Amino acid sequence: MKLKKAPDNKGHFGIYGGRFVPETLMPALIELEKAYKKYMKDSGFLQELGLLQKNYIGRPTPLYFAQKLTEHLGGAKIYLKREDLCHTGAHKINNAIGQALLAKKMGKKRIIAETGAGQHGVATATGAALAGLECEIYMGTEDMRRQSLNVFRMRLLGAKVTEVSIGSKTLKDAINEALRDWTTNVRTTHYVLGTVFGPHPFPAMVRDFQSVIGKEAKQQILKAAKKLPDCLIACVGGGSNSIGLFYAFLDDNVRMIGVEAGGHGIDSGEHAARFAGGSLGVFQGCKSYLLQNDDGNVLGTHSVSAGLDYASVGPEHCFFRDAKRVEYTFATDEEALRSFALLSETEGIIPALESAHAISEAVKVAPAMPKDSIIIVNLSGRGDKDVQEVARIKGIEL
Amino acid sequence: MNKISDTFKHLKKAGGKAFIPYIMAGDPSLDATKGLVADLESAGADIIELGVPFSDPLADGPTIQRASERALAQGVTLRKVLALVEEIRKASQIPLILMTYYNPVFKYGIEAFAKEAARVGVDGVIIPDLIPDEAEDFLSCARQYNLDTIFLLAPTSTEDRIRKVVKASRGFIYYVSITGITGAKLAIGDPMKDTLDLIKNSTQKPVAIGFGISNPEEAAEAADLADGIIVGSAIVRLIAESRDIKDFARSLKPLTPNP
Repeated sequence: MKLKKAPDNKGHFGIYGGRFVPETLMPALIELEKAYKKYMKDSGFLQELGLLQKNYIGRPTPLYFAQKLTEHLGGAKIYLKREDLCHTGAHKINNAIGQALLAKKMGKKRIIAETGAGQHGVATATGAALAGLECEIYMGTEDMRRQSLNVFRMRLLGAKVTEVSIGSKTLKDAINEALRDWTTNVRTTHYVLGTVFGPHPFPAMVRDFQSVIGKEAKQQILKAAKKLPDCLIACVGGGSNSIGLFYAFLDDNVRMIGVEAGGHGIDSGEHAARFAGGSLGVFQGCKSYLLQNDDGNVLGTHSVSAGLDYASVGPEHCFFRDAKRVEYTFATDEEALRSFALLSETEGIIPALESAHAISEAVKVAPAMPKDSIIIVNLSGRGDKDVQEVARIKGIEL
Repeated sequence: MNKISDTFKHLKKAGGKAFIPYIMAGDPSLDATKGLVADLESAGADIIELGVPFSDPLADGPTIQRASERALAQGVTLRKVLALVEEIRKASQIPLILMTYYNPVFKYGIEAFAKEAARVGVDGVIIPDLIPDEAEDFLSCARQYNLDTIFLLAPTSTEDRIRKVVKASRGFIYYVSITGITGAKLAIGDPMKDTLDLIKNSTQKPVAIGFGISNPEEAAEAADLADGIIVGSAIVRLIAESRDIKDFARSLKPLTPNP
């Protein structure tokens, strides 16, 4: 199937993707592309990565049958892919470890990254500590305030956390600043981009490091249920956990749903639903759907979940959407908060607010599906990091 | 022939170097920009670069980022900058280059942009996040309306990249003197000179040096190495402090032996 042939050699997924960066970065992107292509076929590298996935990250993560949630909804059987059980608490580590290892092979001394909620920052700082690399994380002032615990975690791991106080002071500004750092220190530094976004080869490379999620899930469901699932559901910020789950099932007759952040609703303008509210644009290295005004300036976004609070989306998702292979919808803040509580109460699992968006979609579609049908929801991260924020929203003082 | 190439040709004949100042359009206001263009022209600018404000200027350092924020806060858009150029053209024929990120142009529509830019009197465009590899559609529109597209090279550029950029660039080649963002510290050293030599050996097109030139001494040093110099942040900083830019601009202009 031609979907899996993308991207082309310039990083295009159909009309999306590509490389829209300052010329200064081009040699580094070409060097990175070569290294990524070489090491993804290098048995020594893959073996080293495989061992770290097993003994350090804790893979394979379980595929858990959520019996009580299934009974509560009264329809399809719901399985949870437990990425929340990965070391550091989210799927982000799959990519961060892969890229840290790659950076070391490339002879880089230093890695940098952006972070919104702090999960990717923590994962990168962890990868840096493991690989013995210097590490600097860029984070918006606003996000540092909201996620002070993760800031402290990164510092404990030996990373320097640099505050970004320009623009909207959030994730997109942290990416701008990380790109500026990379432009300046490109000879010694690798930029560990956290999602399937940015200039080629990042979208394809991050997808490849995350595709372990779907490969495992496929084997696990075939073993547990002796058949493929009917439906996969995952939240979409940049889109790395969803592509990670979906990719192994692309050629199968399985429905796939990506869930964006609906914030306060599309009409409110306060959301991060790029497909429902955006248009084609060029932003931070690639062509994709973008929340922008008529003059091409990037709009502010809102989501209760910092990890989904971003103005654009991975180019490959646009490609899958055009091909009608993946459906995209959204869940509002309110729905996500309800699912956050629901999963905690029914299953004893506190999900990340990002993952709670995916649970919300399962709540919508499962009841109408036959009881012998199967949904796999990617539980991309655990909710410990969100507990304080949820308490604040509920007006509870801790 | 285009006005930009013409300017370099005349300067070369006289043994001079192009002085290309950059200011952010709409900082502190569009009206002020009109006056600043006149000031720069009277101070000896050969070509003027007008920045178009953008929400996410990832190739720019803090000085130009803040100028961009101030201009956006004034409601300045690409559309308004084009209207400003039309206004400037009533009084001045100095070659004008727009420096804009790609998304505003993409959203405007690349053909509509090229057509309107040429109509109001823009001579060239610099788009720091558009590389020749992604510029096919844009270049065909720009060529149709005789708009120069100036591409950038950097000390990191390999011979392969140099070949590609030199071929696509029209008007001149913009050599980013440092591995970094606008306004960083200039470092004239061997890696910078080596790449510059590679560029000069692979093209007859003029080469101008930009990023990091902040005083007359650096301006003179950089001018010795190339066909022109571009100064942005140092001028934008004065504008931010509401100070006069004429004397400073005059001091940056490289000396011409036979003016």
